[in-house]
Amino acid sequence: MSLLTVIGLLPLISALLIAAIPSKSTGLIKRATFIATSLIAIISISLATGFDKTSTGMQYVQSNPWISSFNINYAVGIDGISLVLILLSTILVPIVVLATWPEADGGRWGAKVFYILILILETMMIGVFAATDLFLFYVFFEAMLIPVYFLIGGFGSGNKSAAAMKFLLYSLFGGLLMLASIIGVYVIAGNQIGATFDLAKLATLQIDNKTENLLFLGFFIAFAIKAPLWPFHTWLPDAAKAASPGTSVLLLGVLDKVGTYGMIRFCIELFPDASKTFTPLIITLAVISIIYGAFMAIGQRDIKGLIAFTSISHFGFITMGIFAMTTQGMSGANLYMVNHGFSTAALFLIAGWMMMRRGSSVIADFGGLQRVTPIMAWTFFIAGMSSLALPGLSSFVSEFLVLVGTYTRYPVAAVIGTLGIVLAALYILIPIQKTLHGPIIDGNEKLTDLSLREKIAIAPVILVIVVMGFYPKPVLDLINPTAEKVVTKAGFTDPAAKVGK
Amino acid sequence: MTTSSNLLWLIALPLFSSAILILSGKRANSWGHVLATIVSASSFTIGVVEFFAMHGRSDANRAVTQKIFTWISVGSLNVDASLMLDQLSICFVLLITGVGTLIHVYSISYMSHDHDRRRFFAYLNFFIASMLLLVLGDSYLNLYVGWEGVGLASYLLIGFWNQKPAYATAAKKAFIANRIGDVGLSIAIMIAFATFGDVSFAGIKEHADEASSTQLTAIGLMLLLAACGKSAQFPLQSWLGDAMAGPTPVSALIHAATMVTAGVYLITRSNFIFDEAPIAQLMVLVVGGITLLFGAVIGMAKDDIKKALAASTMSQIGYMILATGLGPIGYAFAIMHLLTHGFFKASMFLGAGSVMHGMKDEVNMRKFGGIGKFMPFTALTFGLGYLAIIGVPPFSGFYSKDKIIETAFNAGGIKGIALGMATLLGAVITAFYMTRVVILTFFGNERWGHKDEPAESPALMLIPIGLLSIGSIAAGFIFSKGDGLVNWLQPVVNPLKEHHAEEFLPPIIVSLMTLVAVMIGLTVAILKYRGDQVAQAPEKVSVLVSAARRDLFQDEFNEAVFMRPGQSLIKILLNLDYILIDGLVRSVAATSLSAGVRLRTLQTGYVRSYALMMVIGALALVTTIWVVTA
Amino acid sequence: MAIANYLYLSAILFTIGAVGVVVRRNAIVVFMCIELMLNAANLAFVTFARVNSNLDGQVVAFFTMVVAACEVVVGLAIIVTIYRSRRSVSVDDASLLKQ
Repeated sequence: MSLLTVIGLLPLISALLIAAIPSKSTGLIKRATFIATSLIAIISISLATGFDKTSTGMQYVQSNPWISSFNINYAVGIDGISLVLILLSTILVPIVVLATWPEADGGRWGAKVFYILILILETMMIGVFAATDLFLFYVFFEAMLIPVYFLIGGFGSGNKSAAAMKFLLYSLFGGLLMLASIIGVYVIAGNQIGATFDLAKLATLQIDNKTENLLFLGFFIAFAIKAPLWPFHTWLPDAAKAASPGTSVLLLGVLDKVGTYGMIRFCIELFPDASKTFTPLIITLAVISIIYGAFMAIGQRDIKGLIAFTSISHFGFITMGIFAMTTQGMSGANLYMVNHGFSTAALFLIAGWMMMRRGSSVIADFGGLQRVTPIMAWTFFIAGMSSLALPGLSSFVSEFLVLVGTYTRYPVAAVIGTLGIVLAALYILIPIQKTLHGPIIDGNEKLTDLSLREKIAIAPVILVIVVMGFYPKPVLDLINPTAEKVVTKAGFTDPAAKVGK
Repeated sequence: MTTSSNLLWLIALPLFSSAILILSGKRANSWGHVLATIVSASSFTIGVVEFFAMHGRSDANRAVTQKIFTWISVGSLNVDASLMLDQLSICFVLLITGVGTLIHVYSISYMSHDHDRRRFFAYLNFFIASMLLLVLGDSYLNLYVGWEGVGLASYLLIGFWNQKPAYATAAKKAFIANRIGDVGLSIAIMIAFATFGDVSFAGIKEHADEASSTQLTAIGLMLLLAACGKSAQFPLQSWLGDAMAGPTPVSALIHAATMVTAGVYLITRSNFIFDEAPIAQLMVLVVGGITLLFGAVIGMAKDDIKKALAASTMSQIGYMILATGLGPIGYAFAIMHLLTHGFFKASMFLGAGSVMHGMKDEVNMRKFGGIGKFMPFTALTFGLGYLAIIGVPPFSGFYSKDKIIETAFNAGGIKGIALGMATLLGAVITAFYMTRVVILTFFGNERWGHKDEPAESPALMLIPIGLLSIGSIAAGFIFSKGDGLVNWLQPVVNPLKEHHAEEFLPPIIVSLMTLVAVMIGLTVAILKYRGDQVAQAPEKVSVLVSAARRDLFQDEFNEAVFMRPGQSLIKILLNLDYILIDGLVRSVAATSLSAGVRLRTLQTGYVRSYALMMVIGALALVTTIWVVTA
Repeated sequence: MAIANYLYLSAILFTIGAVGVVVRRNAIVVFMCIELMLNAANLAFVTFARVNSNLDGQVVAFFTMVVAACEVVVGLAIIVTIYRSRRSVSVDDASLLKQ
């Protein structure tokens, strides 16, 4: 059994153990979940230490027959791109667990169900990034919706049922299109090389242009909804506003990455020609997302809605980097996924604590927090600076790579995208001014600063944001070979510099 | 190139100190300022050591580098975190750490009543570290890190008293204006990478002459945009006046002596690009020329002493930018003016801070008057700075400004005459508004309207001012003695040793013209402000004065052209998102819902009607099969 | 006798049953009509068994009878329960399943 399978199963086993603890002892449940997820995180880091950086093939592979009549296998394996996303998931989960102790009690079913759902979700997240069998991927992709649906509907606030339903229907719609494409690919494979869902084999198929375009669109729309890309984005702000902060972290930090990950792994690797055909359209959508998301973020009154729209802008950058089809863009986009995961986690968790203390998520209800709760204000500030891609913090490296990588092929898109950095300054600094600066607003005088538990939860995130800003090399070393391989296999080479070298 | 391991310490010391101060919180109250000052002084010491080491080496071996680690390496893009100290950056290192240390010392006293003093010092140290990174980075990307770092430091320090909404807004405005400039820098880096496959200064310099002029012009224009943002040049100048919301030592260090001059550094550092891109160079001249007059005009009407000085800074940096636009010969004079300006402007800002200290934080010059006799030392040092800025020989400003005016005239043709006249006009206006500041503040009748007499500031504040004054007196003479600075910088900024082809006017004539210009401005100011003044600003003023008081409508312009359309756009988008995009989604949901409602009426609940439907269905099925098979 | 006649009879019985289910209100009668339809089907099965001279049709007929018996048990129980609660065996009265 591959280490990957073990890590994938561990959360599920932990969920079963947590289920055995009586619901009333919430303290024990919280501690047990935290310890379990932390251990999983530590074990998952060993995936990286044992990973052969020079090889571009799948590692930690395992394949067992599952439904042999359709030649469906339980097949898993990771390369650099999926490895960093699995690490992102396993590292974020314990942080979310530790950060959400009070929030878990607030829901419809109590802490036990909350943490069981999170653990199940963790298994799905690892599975979805590890699957190398198209059918297996699809199962994880769809099954992931279930715990999230209950997390939003059961532990959210406001219009949570409607938001959860909207999220579910949107995702199911995309999933359905993808299923149609999967079946199409399966049938074509059956005609050419024998029925299989194995990704490596499917990538060798020869598909005529028209069919390939249709199949590509099936996948792409599913991922564009997940990512989310303009104009498929309207579920995200609703879901993020309704979900509890911990759920939002996993939703925006990890789950949405499945969309951009899928674009690389499936859209480009399986349909390189169609990717080429649709690239201008997709780059356009990505640029619109960057600018549109930023403008919408500036106009938000609700702090959660704000973070949701900033994410739409950031996902625009990621998509742009992916479809720029240069090594810088591809690596940058992949790194961006990781960095965005951490900076959004920081923003959402701290915003969550602020909202919990104040009892409101309206930006205008805060004010002068820097003088009342300095540590909370500082952490929020750093998270915000990371979101606006301040050099020295993690997002800068990835945003720069995406922009540079895009510029060498699509200068106009990159230049318009660069305008996003001015808008980023606006959408971060305006809420920072309104929440942290200015006079202390009535009702905020007695707010308490971060507790020890909250400090422990946020410290690693801030640390990652700072360290990855100055020294992204370890992660880039993992990503680079795979990113280069993807670009090369799709039939692209980096545009050469015009002079010199 | 030689390597040196000292460069990292230059930056690391203040950076770590800043982190320690922030992480320690209130515990650092008692020792924070001491640590910060010692660290800044240590950086200065390292800088001095490096300077003498460099001075001892031959021209070709003066630059030293230090590679710290590989920062970003993807495909053909390789960026090391590495530092480079050459003849140009050492000037900045000494200015930043030297003036920086003096201002640290000054701030110990100036900020002693603020219970967040340690935070102030943490920001100051962070600024020193970022600014050093800006001038030491060996590639555009490393420079960019420092570039945004100083922007952040400036944001934090302008908004140091951000409990006042206006101050917080001023900080935000500065950051955003800088970010617009940063877009320029980002795009310049992208074009540079696409063109040269490299973002390091050395790599681009090597191949600069091979690139097409379109690319070089594009890079140049984008770098100019960056410089405009950081150095408060037209059309991104509007933030500098508001930035005076920060504590006065900040205005002296960041918004006068160092950070705002980063644009000059950027253009000088990129000389290999601008020298090959005449259109970009011309734009540099235009921007510099406009700003030097723009700032000067604003300076004439400001009653807030700090804002008057800020307008003057804008104008003086206009001079420097203009000088950089004059090509290889101009760079050295731009740097010289930058350094002398660093001394005299910092000293005047600190002097203004000293006055405010004595006047209970009053900044309106109309409520000053006659302060000279109560604060003699402050008045004396301010006066020395004043003589330096208006360009009276032998004070430092004379040497540097005179050279710029001379070089401007020598640019040749109509361009040379236009630039020369602009710089001369700038000199007239500078003399006018600075004289106005000095008279309103230190001479004339006492207008502050309260009984307490202003007292001279404590020694800890006066010593730094005194030391800076020595700079304002002597720096120009030292730099220009035997063309010292010009020769020192020549390998970096003028490798081909270009000279003026012909002199438009003999230097002595230019100097005399400058002196006459200064005298005109000075005399007019004295005539206008010699009598007793009133504490209120006159209501009835000419159109020009009222426009200058409102910063020549730069805020109104930005609001009308960018802010309000932007806000309307956001409102439209918000509605569009809800009505159109989300509306489409919701209408799909509504359609399925209404379809369900309609179809529901078929469910009558009567078993017999269900049975009938089954029968009809079965018959229909049978018929279909029959028809199809038949 | 011609085989067709058995099938005609089966069809007539089925139609009578179907019409009865649709038009009658009394649950017992509806029930008996359903039985009639089942038996019409049985008749057809047996006829085809005879025609094809194998036992398949007869086996299915037995199955149908078993299912019919089960149905009687459940169905009558439901009808009795409805009668107890509503004092009526009219199928139109039990129309709560609408909307």
